[in-house]
Amino acid sequence: MKPESIRLAAPARLQRRSEDPWFVKWTLILLAVTVMGLLVIVPVANVFYHALAGGLGTYWRSLVLDSDTRHSILLTLTVAPIAVAANVIFGVAAAWAIARFRFPGRTILTTLIDLPFSVSPVVVGLMFILIFGLQGTLGPWLREHGIKIVFALPGLILVTCFVTLPFVARELIPLMEAVGADEEIAALSLGANGWQMFWRITLPNIKWGMLYGVILCNARAMGEFGAVYVISGHIAGQTDTMPLRVEKLFQEYNLPGSFAVASVLTLLALVTLVVKLFLERQSRRQREEATESTDLAETSNRIDSTTYCQTTLEKQP
Amino acid sequence: MSITVKNVSKHFGSYRALDNVSVEIPSGSLLALLGPSGSGKTTLLRIIAGLEEPDEGAIHYQDEDATRRSARDRNVGFVFQHYALFRHMTVFENIAFGLRVRRWSRAKVNERVAELLNLIQLGGLEKRHPSQLSGGQRQRVALARALAPQPKVLLLDEPFGALDAKVRQELRHWLRRLHGDLHVTSIFVTHDQDEAFEVADKVVVMQAGRVEQAGGPMEVFEHPANAFVMRFLGNVNAFKARVQRGRAFWANMELECPDYPQDHDRPATVFIRPHELEISHSRNGVPSLEARVVHISPAGSVAKVQLLTTNLGDVLNVDLSPSTCSDLDLKTGDKVYVFPRKVRVFASDNGI
Repeated sequence: MKPESIRLAAPARLQRRSEDPWFVKWTLILLAVTVMGLLVIVPVANVFYHALAGGLGTYWRSLVLDSDTRHSILLTLTVAPIAVAANVIFGVAAAWAIARFRFPGRTILTTLIDLPFSVSPVVVGLMFILIFGLQGTLGPWLREHGIKIVFALPGLILVTCFVTLPFVARELIPLMEAVGADEEIAALSLGANGWQMFWRITLPNIKWGMLYGVILCNARAMGEFGAVYVISGHIAGQTDTMPLRVEKLFQEYNLPGSFAVASVLTLLALVTLVVKLFLERQSRRQREEATESTDLAETSNRIDSTTYCQTTLEKQP
Repeated sequence: MSITVKNVSKHFGSYRALDNVSVEIPSGSLLALLGPSGSGKTTLLRIIAGLEEPDEGAIHYQDEDATRRSARDRNVGFVFQHYALFRHMTVFENIAFGLRVRRWSRAKVNERVAELLNLIQLGGLEKRHPSQLSGGQRQRVALARALAPQPKVLLLDEPFGALDAKVRQELRHWLRRLHGDLHVTSIFVTHDQDEAFEVADKVVVMQAGRVEQAGGPMEVFEHPANAFVMRFLGNVNAFKARVQRGRAFWANMELECPDYPQDHDRPATVFIRPHELEISHSRNGVPSLEARVVHISPAGSVAKVQLLTTNLGDVLNVDLSPSTCSDLDLKTGDKVYVFPRKVRVFASDNGI
């Protein structure tokens, strides 16, 4: 169905372009380029300019010799992978449940997966404080047992998991639906057990989509500010992640230090962009292949039923 | 290995897919499950394979009850309608899959896959991916993959459904030969009666979740058990008639039909296959129908003639051999006389 609509859209677009006068075309291009330049390229370049303004030596010193900054980098590198791992496990499980089974509440679950995207991160932080904080529902019990969640690493991990929850699942649900269960059933009929089926058949078929979800999830996990700001209590050298550190250094008028940490985060974003571009292409290809083979199956099904109608050609009395 | 299906029923929600189905599949035979879409034939195949569980009834493999055994314990080879080849694996790895999950040694896997590549005549293509193969080649790979772990039963779901006519024809012959060599008990699902008759030793005709008739291809075609089987197997002319005291009355003809000896008059349908009608220019003293030639298509291995009966206004399709057709020298608009060589009569179900 999809390729058809593309084929229909292509000639229409060609026609429209030839109708537009030259000044419309160039005004629009100029406008787009100017906005992109002023809003995106200049600020991003400016971060690197300021970070490196004092020379490479200052840059290096602000990143590595400041123990609080060092700790914030380490903390981010701890929280993000844990959030990504949790996200992958949840994403695969949820996508499997939604794509392979029919159960009551399936549609609601599909909608709920997107909820973390629509809740303001600050509210997310607050939500967890209200549950795990000292005045919260579970607070007293947690304190009795000496478990610290709020203003500590577990809290950071919890909110980061919450805000990144939809990334992998959202990629995998349509992909798994397009791939279908045929190959998995074939594997079972050939004597594979559940694990063998998952590792050898399911996973290779969804790996690009999954990696795409992982890279987006990782970018968000490292860059998250609002939720982490509320739940961490931003204790320097203890619960400050990189984005929090940037803000704190900036407030302390330590501009070289602030821009140095910011440049690392920005660099990360640029790397994510490039990897994303590559993965996007791979996962789109994987999905197209999947839809193509299902489309083929459907068309041949249709052909089957028409030939059947023809062969049962008969005369009604 | 022989398979017995005993009183199997299966529902999907309120939809009854199988209704008390019993089938005997002798060891080493090649059986066709034949029926229109939605007749339950694929569901039955999947239940035999262990991919679905029946609500009631049992599946016996030889003398053992296999009803609760999972697909992987049944040692069944299953060929899927749309192949379901593993798209990320090469032809070699596809065929080797069933062996690798059973932990065969590397040397034995290589040997077995080479043997199967030879069998399906695709030697040299083992490094290709399924997307680089033609439909017929994919189907053969799917078959090799199913046969690799030496299953005791081979099940094929519409094996040639997605292929074009010529490839389908070739693969039918090939499957027949292959079965002759391997003698593995095989069941295949099809909606194409030509395919079933050409390939199978035994045909099971299904409709609406029930078995309508089971028997050899000749038996089923020549002696259909009921009106459905008659209509489903090949083209047929059907006419309204009445039956009473062992005789059927249709147009100006009176036909013997000892199956309906009852005294009261019942509505019935007369069935005549197009090749069981004869056309002549004169009455010849035989009870016959007067008709007019509407259309002649002489091309092909049979000449198809369409007639319109003069007094009833019914369309009659007649198949003639090309030589008979040219001997008769028919022209559109000719007045002719038609008489059936063979007639089957079934009383209508709703007329009781």
